[in-house]
Amino acid sequence: MTMEHESKAVDWRAKIRRAASLVRKESRQVVRDPSSIAIGIVLPVLLILLFGYGLSLDVTHVPVAIVLEEASPEATELASSFQLSPYFDAQLLTSMRRARDLMLAREVDGIVRIRPDFARNLSLGKGEVQILVHGVDANRARIIQRYAEGAIGQWVARLVAEGKDMPSGPVTVQNRLWFNEANESRYFLVPGLIVLIMTLIGAMLTALVMAREWERGTLEALFVTPVRTDEILLGKTIPYFALGMIGLGLCILAAKFLFHVPLRGSIWVLAGVSTLYLLVALGIGLLISSATKNQFVASEITMLVTFLPAVMLSGFLFDLRSMPVVVRLITYVLPARYYVALLQTVFLAGDVWSVIMPNAAVLAAMAAVLLFLTLRTTQKKLE
Amino acid sequence: MLDAILRIFALTRKELLAVLKDPRGRFALFVPPILQCLIFGYAATYDLNDVPYAVLDRDRSAASYDLLARLDGSGVFHRVANLNRSEDVKIYIDERRALLVVQIEQDFERRLLSGLAADVQVIADGRNSNTAGTAMGYLGSIVEAFNADWRAAHNWSGPAVQVSSRAWYNPNLETRWHMVPALVGTLTLLQTLLLTAMSVAREREEGTFDQLLVTPFRPVEIMAGKALPSMLVGMVQATNVLLVAQFWFRIPFAGSFLVLYAGLSLFLLAAVGIGLLVSSVVATMQQAMLFSFMLMMPFVLLSGLTTPISSMPEVLQYLTLVNPLRYAIDIAHRVYLEAAGLGLLFPELWPLAIIAAVTLSLASWMFRHRLA
Repeated sequence: MTMEHESKAVDWRAKIRRAASLVRKESRQVVRDPSSIAIGIVLPVLLILLFGYGLSLDVTHVPVAIVLEEASPEATELASSFQLSPYFDAQLLTSMRRARDLMLAREVDGIVRIRPDFARNLSLGKGEVQILVHGVDANRARIIQRYAEGAIGQWVARLVAEGKDMPSGPVTVQNRLWFNEANESRYFLVPGLIVLIMTLIGAMLTALVMAREWERGTLEALFVTPVRTDEILLGKTIPYFALGMIGLGLCILAAKFLFHVPLRGSIWVLAGVSTLYLLVALGIGLLISSATKNQFVASEITMLVTFLPAVMLSGFLFDLRSMPVVVRLITYVLPARYYVALLQTVFLAGDVWSVIMPNAAVLAAMAAVLLFLTLRTTQKKLE
Repeated sequence: MLDAILRIFALTRKELLAVLKDPRGRFALFVPPILQCLIFGYAATYDLNDVPYAVLDRDRSAASYDLLARLDGSGVFHRVANLNRSEDVKIYIDERRALLVVQIEQDFERRLLSGLAADVQVIADGRNSNTAGTAMGYLGSIVEAFNADWRAAHNWSGPAVQVSSRAWYNPNLETRWHMVPALVGTLTLLQTLLLTAMSVAREREEGTFDQLLVTPFRPVEIMAGKALPSMLVGMVQATNVLLVAQFWFRIPFAGSFLVLYAGLSLFLLAAVGIGLLVSSVVATMQQAMLFSFMLMMPFVLLSGLTTPISSMPEVLQYLTLVNPLRYAIDIAHRVYLEAAGLGLLFPELWPLAIIAAVTLSLASWMFRHRLA
């Protein structure tokens, strides 16, 4: 009885020792191979700096042409309100043909056309302004349209305020944007970028590792030692997990102190859900590499299932609710979707447990399933 | 000369065989771009067609019902709840149950009937402020329509300014028209770059590169033999994506295919040049993959695909000048939607030619240097 108990205890100790020595071996490999350090630390910093500054959906200084088809004081006043607006770089023109040429050459993105008889019609209550936008980039075009309409609306409101007899519409809409009062696109893009970066890094760190050992035959060499599969996987996961956590920490610091994204939730929740997500990402990489056993195919698949899906299907940029049902079903399989919801909530809204709990639970389940599957695929090939 | 061409041809054949003989490799090269184009074509849209919203209607009058009925009838907004207390607003927004909450005050109808302006308050979930902004824009135009009808029905002294908006080249402002043509270049770039970067690295790692060196191949021929198959694969991929765009999404195609393919060949040449340059620098496949990824992320995110280049800081805007994808996307848009010819595309074509020339000659120098 005691003997058996003792042998089991020894077993555990040996197990830990074996795993620890593998961790040590793998860590040395990581430290000596600058490419792993590059992925784990340099890459996240580079990416968050580049994209944190680079990505923005905020539209400012839009080049527009203002076509004045009459020279009344009202028309010039409206035109100058465009010239003063920080959203527009307006140039005044008198002919529509010239404006059209500028638009064709993409020197302006929009035309504001103030029709003849504007002043007279205005006093009759039907002054007419036309807004023409370059529609190739539909989202930007819509934003420009909205801003232009807003600029005109404000000008009208000012006239009303100055006591000119010009009532504003019966119903006015007062918009309030919660969590992002300043309407800064960076506030939601930076948390989204963290998701993107962690997906790539986590999966990339591990994807090639197992595939490389299979290709070189070093994994078979490991199999003849007393080391077991779960210990091998543990030895592979721990060093890369640590590396990924460092990268993640740097990303969060950049978000907070460089891009001033407000962190309204608690840092512990943020760290907790990020740990879960990193495990999922590492699991994806491990599974791909042990399933393909080929570095080329592993890298192709990693790229396919991580990078673009995380951009397109995670809710980081595009609203998930507007996608067709089939596509929406696909997004449920992607871990990035849950992490985006978590980060946007924890950063901008706070600790809303009814959002955090279900999403975190899905991530935990995914991590468990992925690691289990990796264990299975690696074991099967042993036979 | 003929010998050189024959040698390049042989190497191209060998290279294509190496990539295509493995059914998994074949699958990974040709099926994903088609699938991705299908999925992303649907997914990558800033247009909203389902906006869940909640209502806090304190007025419950004919006027407020009319306004809300217009929202419900729009096909975009769908009401998830009628709220009674203002505390509920926070719950619905916080828990993401509604994207917007429309709040109507008690005196809404009374004010309207007595000729005063009435407010509608809209609270939006700004966690994705772009989506929220679009939804508020939709709501604004519905309220505009309500206003116009109210004015007509109640002899309200008319609006001061009528704004009529129109969009050129994309009258309904569909994001898909913008996105799907851009995917032709994007999806092709990803795999062409990786394929080229990996091709030499794999030979190095397997030790077959040394064998290649003792053959009569000259470094330039080896390079051409590596570049050609990747370009061929890229062309087939681009064609696949184009077919999906044409026959599945039916994106209107205003220009000419000849022009588009001319632009694409130049773009692929630049992509392959970058891939070969990566290949000439790295020693292992892992490094090749790493470098390709490091290049790909900036290429895709700083190409104008998802966020406009004009919104980037000036320094980064200059950086996009060396991004081949930026030009490929521009070319696709201009050919697709504006029917641009080769003359008009010249500003996009010459940078691609320069990128291709610089990367290819650098890569060939590197090869010669390392091989000598």
